[in-house]
Amino acid sequence: MSLLSVRDLSVKFAMRDQTVTALRNISFDLARGERLGIVGESGAGKSITGFALMNLLSRPGYIAGGKILFEDRDITGLEDEAMRDIRGNHMAMIFQDPMVTLNPVLTIGQQMLETLYAHRKLSKAEATQIAILKLREVYIPSPEERLDQYPHELSGGMRQRIIIAMALLLDPKLIIADEPTTALDVTIQADIMELLLELCHSNKVGLILITHDLGVVSQMTERTLVMYAGRIIEAGPTREIINDPQHPYTQGLINALPQQTPPGHRLKQIPGNMPPLTAIPPGCPFAPRCGFAVDHCRTTLPEVVSYGGVEVACHEVNRLHNAPAKEKSA
Amino acid sequence: MKDMPDTAPLLELRNLEKQFDLDRGFLETIKFKGGKIYREKRAVHAVNNVSLSANRGEALCVVGESGCGKSTVARLVAGLLTPTSGEVHYAGERIDNRSRHDMMPLRKKMQMIFQNPYASLNPRMTIQQALEEPVRFHNPSMNGSEVTDRVVEVMKSVGVDPSWSRRYPHEFSGGQRQRIAIARALTVDPEFVIADEPISALDVSIQAQVLNLMLEAKEERGLTYLFITHDLSVVQHFGTRVVVLYLGTVCEVAETDTLFSNPKHPYTKALLSAVPQLSDAKPDHIRLKGEIPTPINMPKGCPFHSRCSYSDARCLEEQPQPLHQPDGSVVACHAVEENRLDG
Repeated sequence: MSLLSVRDLSVKFAMRDQTVTALRNISFDLARGERLGIVGESGAGKSITGFALMNLLSRPGYIAGGKILFEDRDITGLEDEAMRDIRGNHMAMIFQDPMVTLNPVLTIGQQMLETLYAHRKLSKAEATQIAILKLREVYIPSPEERLDQYPHELSGGMRQRIIIAMALLLDPKLIIADEPTTALDVTIQADIMELLLELCHSNKVGLILITHDLGVVSQMTERTLVMYAGRIIEAGPTREIINDPQHPYTQGLINALPQQTPPGHRLKQIPGNMPPLTAIPPGCPFAPRCGFAVDHCRTTLPEVVSYGGVEVACHEVNRLHNAPAKEKSA
Repeated sequence: MKDMPDTAPLLELRNLEKQFDLDRGFLETIKFKGGKIYREKRAVHAVNNVSLSANRGEALCVVGESGCGKSTVARLVAGLLTPTSGEVHYAGERIDNRSRHDMMPLRKKMQMIFQNPYASLNPRMTIQQALEEPVRFHNPSMNGSEVTDRVVEVMKSVGVDPSWSRRYPHEFSGGQRQRIAIARALTVDPEFVIADEPISALDVSIQAQVLNLMLEAKEERGLTYLFITHDLSVVQHFGTRVVVLYLGTVCEVAETDTLFSNPKHPYTKALLSAVPQLSDAKPDHIRLKGEIPTPINMPKGCPFHSRCSYSDARCLEEQPQPLHQPDGSVVACHAVEENRLDG
C-alpha cells in the first residue's frame, strides 16, 4: 500500500471571464518513507500541487477532478473538521519563507504549544517537553531559551529549523516542503538539507520536495516529477532523470545549467518562455519552445509513455533517443 | 576617454569602509544598563577595509552570503552611497568625493543592473520612454530621431523586439523585463557595468538566456563587469576573477580557475562544498559551526574565527592581512599563512 496516491488530479481557477486549468491530470504515488522531488519553473504548478494535497486551495481555485488517496482513504474534498485531523497529524507542510510562516507576535513556544493543544490533550508541562524534544532533534542550541524568544530574534536558518521542528511535532507520515531552502544561503541550505534527509531516515517520514533547483533534487530525492505548464512531463528515478533525461524540456533544463558548459562559452538556453496558464497552446505545451517539435506535437496532447525506465509525455521520444548526440545538444 | 595605459586598473578600491549608524539622534545613543546611564553609538560595519581592483575587460565577481556587504560594495562603487573612509578610483581618478554634478559624466560610463526587474523599471513609463530617458539625459545634443535610432539599435542587440516599445513593464515576464533593464543600461554605451544579482530572480531556463546576453554584450562592447552574486556556479561560468567576502571583509581574491580548483581560505572551501551538485557522488559538505555574527558587534581578530575549525589564539586576537600566494591568489588567513591547513 502506498502512503499517498494521486489519480488524475486537476485544479482549476474560476476567473471572472474564464476558467484556467492550473493542474491537468496529475497522477503519482508515494511509498512510505519515500522522498519525491517536484521540479519545474515558476508557474509550472509545483506549489499548487502541494496546496491541493493539503487541501489548502482557496477560492477561486478548486479541485476539478481526480482523487487524492492518503493511506487508501480518499481525502479529496474532505470536510474542514476531518481535514484538520489529517493536517499536522498525518501530513505537514513547510513553506519557503520562515519569516512569513511564523507569527511575529507570538513566541516560538506559544506557537508550538498551540499546535500541540489543537491536536492532543496534553498538560502544559507535557507539551513543553515535546516541544523541547523536537527542537533538540533539529539541533537548536539551548531549546529551553528559544521557547521564550520571538521569531525576529532568530536567524533565517534557525527559523527554518524551528519550522521543521513544528512540522514534526505530531509525528506526521508525510512532509510536503515547498522550496524549503530557497530563501537561505548555500551553507545554511546544505545544513537544512542534511537535517531533512536525516529526519526522513530516522522517522521514516515521506517527503515531497518542491523546488526549482535540480541540484537540490539530485541530492535529496529518490524519485522526481518534472512539471511544465500544469502537467507532469517526465517522472522516474532521480538518477535516471538527471543522468539520462528523455523529455526535451528536462534535457534543456539540465543543459542550461552553467555547470554543463565550459566557463566563458555560451550557455545552452531554452528559447522563449513558459506559456501563461491562460494561453496554453493545443497539443504539447512545450512544442513552441521545442527544437524537435513536428506537426502532430502542435495539435495532439502527448500521452504518458514508459521509456528507458522513466515515464515521459512526448510524442517524439523514440526519434529523440535515436538521434545522434549532436542533434540532442542543439 | 583619456589615454590610460592598459595595465592600470579601471576600478580600484582602496581600504574602503562603510558603516551605517544605528543610533542617530542624541537621545537614541543614551542607554541604561546596570543602574548606569551611558552613551553608546552602535553602527553596522557593512564593509571593512576592502581593497580590490578590476582591469579593463574583466568580469570581477563578488560572492558571499546575505549580509556580507556585496551589495554595499556595488552601491559604493556606483556612487549611490558615500564611503565612511577609503577611496574609490575609476580610470585613475578618485571618484568617491565628487559632487553630484562632477559625477554626471561618469554615470554615462558606469551603469548598473539591479536584481529585481519588477522594481527597477518605472511602471508608468512605456519601454520606449524608459529606454530613451537615459539617452536624452546624457546626450542633450541628440535630436529625436537619433535618440530613437540608438534605442532601436540597442533593443535589437539584446533581443528586445522594437515592436514592444509602446507597451508597459507589467506586460512582460521577468526575463523580458531583465532584458529591458539591460538594454536600458546599454543605451548610453557604458564601459563599466555593475550588476547586482541580475539573474537571481529568474527561472533556470531564463537565467541562461540573460547570462548569454551579458556575455555577448561583454564581447561585443568590451565591457568590464562588477558582478555581485551568491550563486557560485554562475561565478564559475561568468567570472574572470572572484572576490570572496565574509562580514564585509575580503577573505580571498583569485582567478576563477584557481579559486575553484584550489580554494585556500577555510570559508571559501566551506562555501564551495555547500553547492548542491547534480552528480551521484555524496557531497562532502564542510559544516560550519555556529551562526554568522552580526556586523554590529564585529568579532575581534579574524571575522571568521567563530565558525572556523582551524582557529587558534592568534586568530582570536589579530586580524589576518591579505597575503599573496604563489599561484597569484590573495588570502587573508593566519592558518594559510602558517601552513596549518591540511590538504
